[in-house]
Amino acid sequence: MADIRMRVNGSIEKLDVEPRVSLLDALREHLGLTGTKKGCDQGACGACTVLADGERIVSCLALAVQYADRDITTIEGVTSPLQRSFVRHDGFQCGYCTSGQICSAVGMLTEHAAGAPSAVTGDLATMEIELTAEEIRERMSGNLCRCGAYNGIVAAIEEGIR
Amino acid sequence: MSIATGQVQGVGQSLLRPDGTLKVTGEFAYSSDLWLDGMLWGATLRSPHPSAWIRSIDVGPALAMPGVFAVLTHQDVPGVKFYGLEHKDQPVLAIDQVRYQGEPVALVAADHPETARRAADAIVVGYELREAVTDPRQAAFDPACPQVNPHGNVVRHQPVRVGDRFTADVVVTAEYEVGMQDQAFLGPESGLAVPAEDGGVDLYVATQWLHVDQDQVAPCLGLPKEKVRLTLAGVGGAFGAREDLSMQIHASMLALRTGKPIKIVYGREESFFGHVHRHPAWMRYEHGATADGMLVYVRAEIVLDGGAYTSSSPAVVGNAASLGVGPYEVDNVWIDAYGTYTNNPPCGAMRGFGAVQACFAYESQMDRLAEACGLSPVEIRIRNAVSQGSRLATGQVVDTPAPLAGMLRELAAMPLPGPGSTDLRALPGGVAQTTHGEGVRRGIGYGVGIKNICFSEGFDDYSTARVRVELLGGEPHVLVHTAAAEVGQGLIMVKSQIARTELGIDRVTIVPADTTVGSAGSSSASRQSYVTGGAVKAACEAVRERLDKLRAGGASLAEVLAAGPVEETREYRHRPTFPMDPVTGQGDSHTQLALCVHRAVVDVDVELGLVKVVELAAVQDVGRIMNPLALEGQIHGGTAQGLGLALMEEIQVRDGKVLNPSFTDYLIPTILDMPPMRLSILENPDPHAPYGLRGAGEPPTLSSTPAIAAAVRNATGLALARVPIRPDDIALAGSALAG
Ligand code: FES
Ligand code: FES
Repeated sequence: MADIRMRVNGSIEKLDVEPRVSLLDALREHLGLTGTKKGCDQGACGACTVLADGERIVSCLALAVQYADRDITTIEGVTSPLQRSFVRHDGFQCGYCTSGQICSAVGMLTEHAAGAPSAVTGDLATMEIELTAEEIRERMSGNLCRCGAYNGIVAAIEEGIR
Repeated sequence: MSIATGQVQGVGQSLLRPDGTLKVTGEFAYSSDLWLDGMLWGATLRSPHPSAWIRSIDVGPALAMPGVFAVLTHQDVPGVKFYGLEHKDQPVLAIDQVRYQGEPVALVAADHPETARRAADAIVVGYELREAVTDPRQAAFDPACPQVNPHGNVVRHQPVRVGDRFTADVVVTAEYEVGMQDQAFLGPESGLAVPAEDGGVDLYVATQWLHVDQDQVAPCLGLPKEKVRLTLAGVGGAFGAREDLSMQIHASMLALRTGKPIKIVYGREESFFGHVHRHPAWMRYEHGATADGMLVYVRAEIVLDGGAYTSSSPAVVGNAASLGVGPYEVDNVWIDAYGTYTNNPPCGAMRGFGAVQACFAYESQMDRLAEACGLSPVEIRIRNAVSQGSRLATGQVVDTPAPLAGMLRELAAMPLPGPGSTDLRALPGGVAQTTHGEGVRRGIGYGVGIKNICFSEGFDDYSTARVRVELLGGEPHVLVHTAAAEVGQGLIMVKSQIARTELGIDRVTIVPADTTVGSAGSSSASRQSYVTGGAVKAACEAVRERLDKLRAGGASLAEVLAAGPVEETREYRHRPTFPMDPVTGQGDSHTQLALCVHRAVVDVDVELGLVKVVELAAVQDVGRIMNPLALEGQIHGGTAQGLGLALMEEIQVRDGKVLNPSFTDYLIPTILDMPPMRLSILENPDPHAPYGLRGAGEPPTLSSTPAIAAAVRNATGLALARVPIRPDDIALAGSALAG
């Protein structure tokens, strides 16, 4: 067992976990933060997306011990205008992907603000990349939504960044 | 948990989801999030073989493991040992034999999920392998084929026989196949069973139909129904896959045995074995028409592989047969639809079931016929389109508006997207493209679908609603209680909108769905807005009537309610339906029919086999728009699942074994695959339905698949008679490597 500390949603948490426990299981089962979802447990769906020092990661592919002393934000700790815009634009149906979509969108906006290009960015030299619908789709393509609320998700993010 | 609704909005407006705030803050409790102190974890041992005798089961090594509280086999099933939606033919736990890969054999309860898993793996099962029956046509038609089911290998054979003229000037014939699609809801099967003091069990599950679960679970536990109480937990998508039981009986058995709450959560791989899938289909169609494209006859043979157990196969066969020619007028019809038993994975309900498979075939045929007659795909459909007053193949007369020809004209008149760009980023495959787009071709295709709404063929289909008006904090307040499952479709909004509209009271609370109120029927067959909506409306009307009487002397609502709440419960039934004649298929088997038409525009790289859906346009008649925002979501979602079936989704089964039970190998559409949509939504009311509405969730799943397939054919010139269309089918067409 490993004794680690982690800042989760602003408060310091002590965790006593086996080294092989994923960050996702540590959050859900050790800390009772069930807002982060498990859709596949193998990095394919994005439902488990959280922010580690502001960067989006899939927590099912991360070991808790790797994130000792880091700053983790889960959906329970997110306060973003995106949350309201997801509701306003029906950016979900069952909502199971939503925690991951919103954490991913928050991380995506941080990447964009830092000037990070995506695979569809035309001019790689500019720091002022316009977040078009194509850019949003490309940058959100790691998050599956089986209910198919994709057009609502794009609309929600477009509104959220205005 | 009660959900207080927000703004004052009634039927027809985009009321926002009352559960939306909980879902965007992570507070909404899905079935996998439930937790009780002292609970144990259940795990299921499943058969690795599609067909085998079980000669022995040794649970000793599992029981000996520290942390293990119980290990159960079929001998421990307290009551009836079989369950099922239509026939009780599926063993709770395998008895002496297994009939499909993934069939549950034994259960374990332990104090940690991994202990439970390891203990399940430690159980020693002695299997004696048999040859698996995996070819559905052989299963059905070869008398020498081993019997998978004691009643034979045909679940149901439904013929349709009309007319006797089966010759025509223009004849097109082809065979079609539809692969096995998975619902792939994002939140896998899960739930919590809590043993109760009265010897019963309280079950918190994600399901589509609480009462049909209760009806199946209680007898297997040897308990009266009232001792098996179910409450709906948060549902992470359904699409048909939660209509059959998964962990309900298993968790309850472990809870009763150990006296502790039991949580069972399937992982993604287990989920692929934990629910039924969409029936794969083999179909042979022959269409005869006059030289100017008027249908003379349709002959079809449709074989739907139901896998090892019955599930809802009989209803799937009924849909395929009754809707097998599509929404077209044709006087001579000869259809044989079969559902089969094999040792393949069990198949049952998935969005549009039975109608989806047939739609791919009859729409592909209409395109072939158009070509043979020198007509456009839109023109041939318009010439043969049903309308109000038309007679369907079953003899049922379409007695409500069915403006298909107009819908097609409107669809064809919608603007088309601009020509494809040669920018690498816009090509099929995106930046992964290795060419400069030399092989990219544009294609356009059309698809039409007709789906029965609500349960058909004489089923007693109803829903129950309890509505109560009372004073809370001095203000009138409505409580709406039904057992209908909110699975993401937005039913709780619609119920709330109906209550506001009927009672004129803004404050509405939707009580959590459970079995303390009568059955609402299933959240399937696009039926809940219709049937549960109808029940809520009826209960509200009854409450309103009483309130009006009480206020006849001029009292205010608050004064009347000060004397106590007013509550009414109502059941609502749609118009009765009738079984199909077993020989001729004739009968008014459906209560409502809904139409959707799609146009797909695709870019195909004919050398690499890559397809990009550029745009999807749709026209759907919904009778009455209850909530525009949620309705668009249903059309988008249904369309996306049809896109998945057209281009990527298939459970690959070889020798009865699933090759791709994961999200890395079973692909579903991403945000990049799903294009923007152009929608036109019509409101031609069905006078028999509450508010005139038509069910809306399934029809778009039917028509998007053939539209996309047609567009790919249009781009490539290939026949492409099978969905999903794989890159190989395009890139290697004509080569010996195609397969
Ligand atoms: S659960 Fe982590 S990516 Fe699917
Ligand atoms: S809302 Fe259901 S998976 Fe996205």
